[in-house]
Amino acid sequence: MSLQQQPALEPEEAPAVAVGAPLSSQVTAPVAPGRSGRLRLTLRRFARNRLALVGIGLLVLLFLLAWVGPLLDKWSYEDLDFDAFLQPPSGDHWFGTDQSGADLFAQTCRGLQKSLVIGLLVGLIVTALAAVAGASAGYFGGWVDRVIMWVVDLLLVMPSFLIIAVLSPVFQGATWLIFVVLLAAFSWMITARVIRSMTQTLKDREFVKAAKYLGVPTWKIIARHILPNMASLLIIDATIQVSVAIIGESGLSYFGFGIQAPDVSLGTVIAAGTTSATTYQWLFWFPAGCLVLVGLAIAFIGDGLRDALDPNAAGAKAKPGKARRKAAAARAAASPQTSEADVLGSK
Amino acid sequence: MIETRPEPGRAPAAATAPVLEVEDLHVTFPSEAGEVQAVRGVSYSVRPGEVLGIVGESGSGKSVSSMAVLGLLPESASVRGAIRLGGRDILGLGDREMSRIRGREIGMVFQDPLSALTPVYSIGTQIVEALQIHQDLSKEAARKRAIELLDVVGIPDPNRRVDAFPHEFSGGMRQRAMIAMAIANDPKVIIADEPTTALDVTIQAQVLDVLKKAQDVTGAAIVMITHDLGVIAGFADRVMVMYAGKPVETGTVDQVYYTPRMPYTIGLLGSIPRLDNDGGPLIPIEGTPPSMVELPPGCPFAARCPITIDRCLEVEPSLVAPEGVDHPVACIRGYELGREGGLVPEEIYPVPELPEAGPQERLPRAERAAVLEVDDLVKHFPLMKGAVFKRRVGTVRAVDGISLEIREGETLGLVGESGCGKTTTLLEILDLPTGQGGTISVLGKDTRHLKRADRKALRRDVQVVFQDPMASLDARMPVGDILAEPLETHGWSKDRIAARIPELLELVGLKPDHADRYPQEFSGGQRQRISIARALALEPKLVILDEPVSALDVSIQAGVLNLLNDLKARLGLSYLFVAHDLSVVRHTADRVAVMYLGRIVEVGETHKVFEAPSHPYTQALLSAVPLPDPHKERERRRILLTGDLPSPADVPSGCRFRNRCPKFAQLDEAKAQQCRDEDPMLHSLAADHSAACHHAAALQVV
Repeated sequence: MSLQQQPALEPEEAPAVAVGAPLSSQVTAPVAPGRSGRLRLTLRRFARNRLALVGIGLLVLLFLLAWVGPLLDKWSYEDLDFDAFLQPPSGDHWFGTDQSGADLFAQTCRGLQKSLVIGLLVGLIVTALAAVAGASAGYFGGWVDRVIMWVVDLLLVMPSFLIIAVLSPVFQGATWLIFVVLLAAFSWMITARVIRSMTQTLKDREFVKAAKYLGVPTWKIIARHILPNMASLLIIDATIQVSVAIIGESGLSYFGFGIQAPDVSLGTVIAAGTTSATTYQWLFWFPAGCLVLVGLAIAFIGDGLRDALDPNAAGAKAKPGKARRKAAAARAAASPQTSEADVLGSK
Repeated sequence: MIETRPEPGRAPAAATAPVLEVEDLHVTFPSEAGEVQAVRGVSYSVRPGEVLGIVGESGSGKSVSSMAVLGLLPESASVRGAIRLGGRDILGLGDREMSRIRGREIGMVFQDPLSALTPVYSIGTQIVEALQIHQDLSKEAARKRAIELLDVVGIPDPNRRVDAFPHEFSGGMRQRAMIAMAIANDPKVIIADEPTTALDVTIQAQVLDVLKKAQDVTGAAIVMITHDLGVIAGFADRVMVMYAGKPVETGTVDQVYYTPRMPYTIGLLGSIPRLDNDGGPLIPIEGTPPSMVELPPGCPFAARCPITIDRCLEVEPSLVAPEGVDHPVACIRGYELGREGGLVPEEIYPVPELPEAGPQERLPRAERAAVLEVDDLVKHFPLMKGAVFKRRVGTVRAVDGISLEIREGETLGLVGESGCGKTTTLLEILDLPTGQGGTISVLGKDTRHLKRADRKALRRDVQVVFQDPMASLDARMPVGDILAEPLETHGWSKDRIAARIPELLELVGLKPDHADRYPQEFSGGQRQRISIARALALEPKLVILDEPVSALDVSIQAGVLNLLNDLKARLGLSYLFVAHDLSVVRHTADRVAVMYLGRIVEVGETHKVFEAPSHPYTQALLSAVPLPDPHKERERRRILLTGDLPSPADVPSGCRFRNRCPKFAQLDEAKAQQCRDEDPMLHSLAADHSAACHHAAALQVV
């Protein structure tokens, strides 16, 4: 649920939004004059978190690097420079070259394009799937619960690596997005189980009962009350899933499934460079650094979202502390949107 | 130091030295926001055989000060002052030495008897452990003593029950076992921290009785901490009223109850609904207690006090007896109160006006339309056993044939002890069921034959306010969205919703700009007001109130009750008011229904039921409610019920109350046989007053 509220999305992330969209349309409370709905309050609180804004900035830069970078570089990821094998970074090859003369900058950019999309998509799909399945199982109980848990247990005992390996020749030549679906399909189960048990405790809480007796439809109760109350878990899980998916993809690619040469992903570039980490350091550190930056950016955004959604979090409130007030004033001057921020924390 | 003059006949040991003395105790806790000054200068002393009552609202520091005496505060707390037990300063003793004192010289009884007992050891083992730690006793001797103790606290069949585990005991029995442990080593002081708050009134009466008996046996002094002014009135010799970490008034029970001189005490006594009268609005104390982090200079009560003068904001008054007052009061205007030509204590608080009765309320009852009719409602739960093959081994008769009727503009109070089926009844009504047994009609529509859309439409007319104001609001939603939810659900347009939300907030006494805040930023009373606003959003006809004020402090409770009364008159609402607090029900309800084990045993107009209760259970229930009036309380005779509520899975034959009924024990054989064989039905005693008892007879108990 928290996922639909991923704010400030750039165009590149459009497919990611689409996943959350069916839910978000109902969640977004109508913003009436005189009262800001939950969405706007959340955005305002999010904007108050500096690290989260840094995270957003970082992610934007990474996307720019992935898509604009190749336009600036004269080398393509498929090109091989036979005059430069294993060259350290230079004016010609910004990130250096590998043993076959491929330009590492071009490869990293190309890899980032794949990995960013795979990572974010898998993270979103996994969390959304787990949230819907887990919450439905927990809320409805009975046969719905039994069927969903049966599927979960079945998927848990199936060796996912083997199945992806077996299936990948079938999808040979098809779009690599299939790969995203496969990766997502095998990583939602444990989260779903956790969400199910949390739902079981939440559904007996009085505010859920109150909503039920107001006549609020069940799916709306789940989207509006149950899932936001486990936002912390969902966000942390999504953050981890992004990194796990990027790494997991590289593992599969290494064994010849998934992204295939000459196409590259960040995972394959890192995998290729690992052995040279101590000798030809640029082969490892540039792509690995990118991966770390992706992880950091996602973690910062996740933290900011979690604080923004949690009314208890001290960080998101506009506290009349000296340093904070100054920062808030500066930010308010920068963007008129935050100037009403004091409404919330005035107490 | 608080010294009260010995009162003839009331202070048995006035000449003896105090056994526990607390002098100028300060407790501060570090917190994110700064130092929390939880206790700011508490002094008291108790003599052997004396009962000191400490009253105060939540956050007044009453529990923290007693934890300090026990040495049970967390490491981070800093404690100053002096605590002397029998002349020896025990403040600052190490944990090892304190452990020797705790349990032997100071006994403790806590609020929640379930968490105070270890679930994996039998009751006997735990008492034996308490004995053997402090005394050199053999196992057999300790066990014998444990059985004796259980007998003292009135546990039936102690020889057998000594081996029972805590989960096999009911709440009241567990609290008795706790008292047995507390007195096991003949302590000099027993500290009881809200010992009866978690219990039902009839059980509370039993436990207080046991505590009194335990005191007689041991001759210990008791420090009784509670928020219930009624409990203190009958139980304590002296009272200390605490506010914002400081005692503000202290004296004998009579002094404090009959001649209160601190505006806070006056307000507190004026704000409690009483069982012995039903007239007039309650007088709430405006505002909320101050934050204990950065207290402004001056009197901490000044912001809520109706007689504040400029000087109140400058200096914090100390606890001294003002001229012409016989007990110490922390108020600089204390001497003006109650003096001739001075202020009249009863008049310092503005009395809220009673709302005019709405048009429906003025009609005679028979001419008003019925809003809710419940006829012979039954809810049984199967009791299953077995892991693989589930088989039915019994039936839990949670609700076993209930009929009620609520007319327009009327409040029906549904009372009974926990486990009697109140909540099940209420949830059944809210579920608008398709039916196990019996019928429910709302506004004349039978809920069994409703289509889905009609059912949803009917929800508009029946709304609910739950007990716990924190749990019933989604903590992740701003208040505006919480209030918008019912409106969106029932298809209101955005503009109408936007206009309705400030209107609702004002209706319940909040500001329209509160819409952007989260529930956490409100106090308990304000949150309950938000719950009420949500329930009223769709302009319902019937509001079901499930213990709406039981989680609130008394001074706040009065404001919410007044609001409910006011709204009812203004909007022509009907209430189904479910509560265990009979005083609150007496104050708010027009009619009252008393439930026992899934049945209504007595129903009728409130004043008839309260003034002439006719079912023995109603009589016992009413006689168990403590009154905040020391004289009356001392003269009252309690009808103590034996034992606990039977399990609804095992309902006795004939009259379901007979095994606890005080009347049944006195009947001759022929009449008793009737109780055993025949299940009594409700039969009319007077106009709109009926009871389900074969031998119903009115008895004045309040």
